Amino acid sequence: MAGVNFSDVRKVYPGGVEAVKGVTFDVPDGAFCVLVGPSGCGKSTLLRMVAGVETVSAGAIKIGERVVNDIEPADRDIAMVFQNYALYPHMTVYNNMAYGLRNRKVPKPEIDRLVRDAAKILEISDYLDRKPRALSGGQRQRVAMGRAIVRQPKVFLFDEPLSNLDAKLRVSMRVEIKKLQKSFATTSIYVTHDQLEAMTLADMLVVMNAGLVEQIGVPLAVYEKPTTTFVAAFIGAPPMNLLRVQAEELAGIGGLRAVPAEGGIVGIRPEDLDLAPVGSAPEGAVALPLTVEAAERVGPESFVYGTLDRGGTVIVRLPGQAVPSIGEKATAVARHGKLHIFAADGRKRLDS
Amino acid sequence: MVERNRFGNLVPHLVLWIGIIIVAFPVYLAFVASTYDQATIANGQMPLLPGTHFFENYYRTIFIGTSGTTREPVGQMLFNSAVMALSIALGKIAISIISAYAIVYFRFRFRMAAFWLIFITLMLPVEVRIYPTYKIAADLNLLDTYAGLALPLIASATATLLFRQFFMTVPEELVEASRIDGAGPFRFFQDTLLPLSRTNMAALFVILFIYGWNQYLWPLLITTRDDMQTIVIGIKKMIVTSDAITEWQIVMATAMLAMLPPVAVVVLMQRLFVRGLVETEK
Ligand SMILES: Nc1ncnc2c1ncn2[C@@H]1O[C@H](COP(=O)(O)OP(=O)(O)OP(=O)(O)O)[C@@H](O)[C@H]1O
Ligand SMILES: [Mg+2]
Repeated sequence: MAGVNFSDVRKVYPGGVEAVKGVTFDVPDGAFCVLVGPSGCGKSTLLRMVAGVETVSAGAIKIGERVVNDIEPADRDIAMVFQNYALYPHMTVYNNMAYGLRNRKVPKPEIDRLVRDAAKILEISDYLDRKPRALSGGQRQRVAMGRAIVRQPKVFLFDEPLSNLDAKLRVSMRVEIKKLQKSFATTSIYVTHDQLEAMTLADMLVVMNAGLVEQIGVPLAVYEKPTTTFVAAFIGAPPMNLLRVQAEELAGIGGLRAVPAEGGIVGIRPEDLDLAPVGSAPEGAVALPLTVEAAERVGPESFVYGTLDRGGTVIVRLPGQAVPSIGEKATAVARHGKLHIFAADGRKRLDS
Repeated sequence: MVERNRFGNLVPHLVLWIGIIIVAFPVYLAFVASTYDQATIANGQMPLLPGTHFFENYYRTIFIGTSGTTREPVGQMLFNSAVMALSIALGKIAISIISAYAIVYFRFRFRMAAFWLIFITLMLPVEVRIYPTYKIAADLNLLDTYAGLALPLIASATATLLFRQFFMTVPEELVEASRIDGAGPFRFFQDTLLPLSRTNMAALFVILFIYGWNQYLWPLLITTRDDMQTIVIGIKKMIVTSDAITEWQIVMATAMLAMLPPVAVVVLMQRLFVRGLVETEK
């Protein structure tokens, strides 16, 4: 068992693309760490550096107590699950799982036991003699997982392992991955750009943006207290409403020790807004008069899209299916104590 | 295919059969000619049905040879051709798959230079570089040897490029998975790349075997001894005579025999060959 430690890790690709620009954090032993961020932010690059299939340009990556920068992937004691599974097409499922063990000169009976155990856990015992071509996407995904767990590595690495599955299967595999990880208690790093996956799987959420870490924390803490407008907009669906406000308005809202002269950005999650008839907003509440532009009813809840009288758009999330009609005027009222206040450049949270 | 009416099927079949007859008739004639005695053909008759000398003629062809011109039994020629064609096909595949592996999967200095050098040799087939090649073969004492027959034809840019294209379509993740699974460069080559290239190798083998089997100019230059000549050269030598009668029945029997191995290779490897051309196992 081992944690993973990044200290000022950088990656410059040949050709000059700086994909990772200095990342420092710790993944404690046994934790499930999820790297999340928009496409191209360097998540895969960071993960591949841990795997050793990409070189580290600067800084150090430690697995346990050992700096692994110059260690071959095979000797790092990691296992990786790829987005496209990367199963060996010409080998049976059994051999796909046994291959890594054979290369490590594990005795044959032991290999057999490990492979059959892993197959049983993943419920793929019936397919052991098939080639990957003859499996469905979900079954291939399981084989890829099997190949990772037979080796009983110190660290599991996942690069968007579920993104090729259909929505339903994704949810059930997600639950299963979490269960497996907990039962093995193996340190895991999981890359995804699906924020729902990120929220549900992570013990530790690392939000990345443009090669840098934006915020690290427990998923709910990140959700409750995003430190930048980037995180605020990225985590949560539909995204948080962000409104640029002047200094005097900001002072009116209160909750700040010092109001910056250039104003700031106020964030309100769609579920923290209510719709009230025009002019009926309670005294002292943050009220935003708007015109309803569109409404989506998805069953248990509805999303109302409005254009604010002060400019800009806002999304309101309402429980149930009752929505105002399009073109109607209304007032969005923010729940008390649910505002997020950021500096004008969005890089800093101002309220605590 | 969409089901067609009978008349719609008739025309394509007719065209097909005409094509088959045009291609097959000379071959059939050659076979017929190889089953008569010398006198029948020398008289200028050309029967359309096989004669009675089949076993006699083929026995003489394989084990004795013509009485005048080449003296060498065709059995030996078949053997020489087989050795040459097999060495060329297998040698080309081995060399090119290894060099393609190096070019695609390793980052070494002058990698692109190496690639372009190989590429440029495409413009220099044997016919163009025949004099220097002959000189080198002669200096290395390769005249009248199997090595001399095969080696100069083995270096192959085409096959290298083919394998290069194929390797570039193999997903990068497969290499990475192998590395994580503890397979070094050699094991990756042996355990993953070779099995994946199986159908490609089969297709290439068929093409290259026929290429090697049909070589004419190079064997003509490099072999002088009768017992080293290939069957293609042998046929030619049997015909060129000024003062003797060509033993046409033997020549035709030799031609039939010369056709058999390439046909056998195509028939036996047909399944793999077609698969190698149309799909890749990925
Ligand atoms: N082999 C490479 N050579 C050069 N640049 C690369 C290479 N691989 C990735 N990059 C660049 O590095 C940056 C980060 O890529 P990376 O694959 O880590 O993104 P990602 O966060 O995984 O995105 P996604 O969610 O789309 O997978 C991108 O700008 C990408 O173009
Ligand atoms: Mg990626």
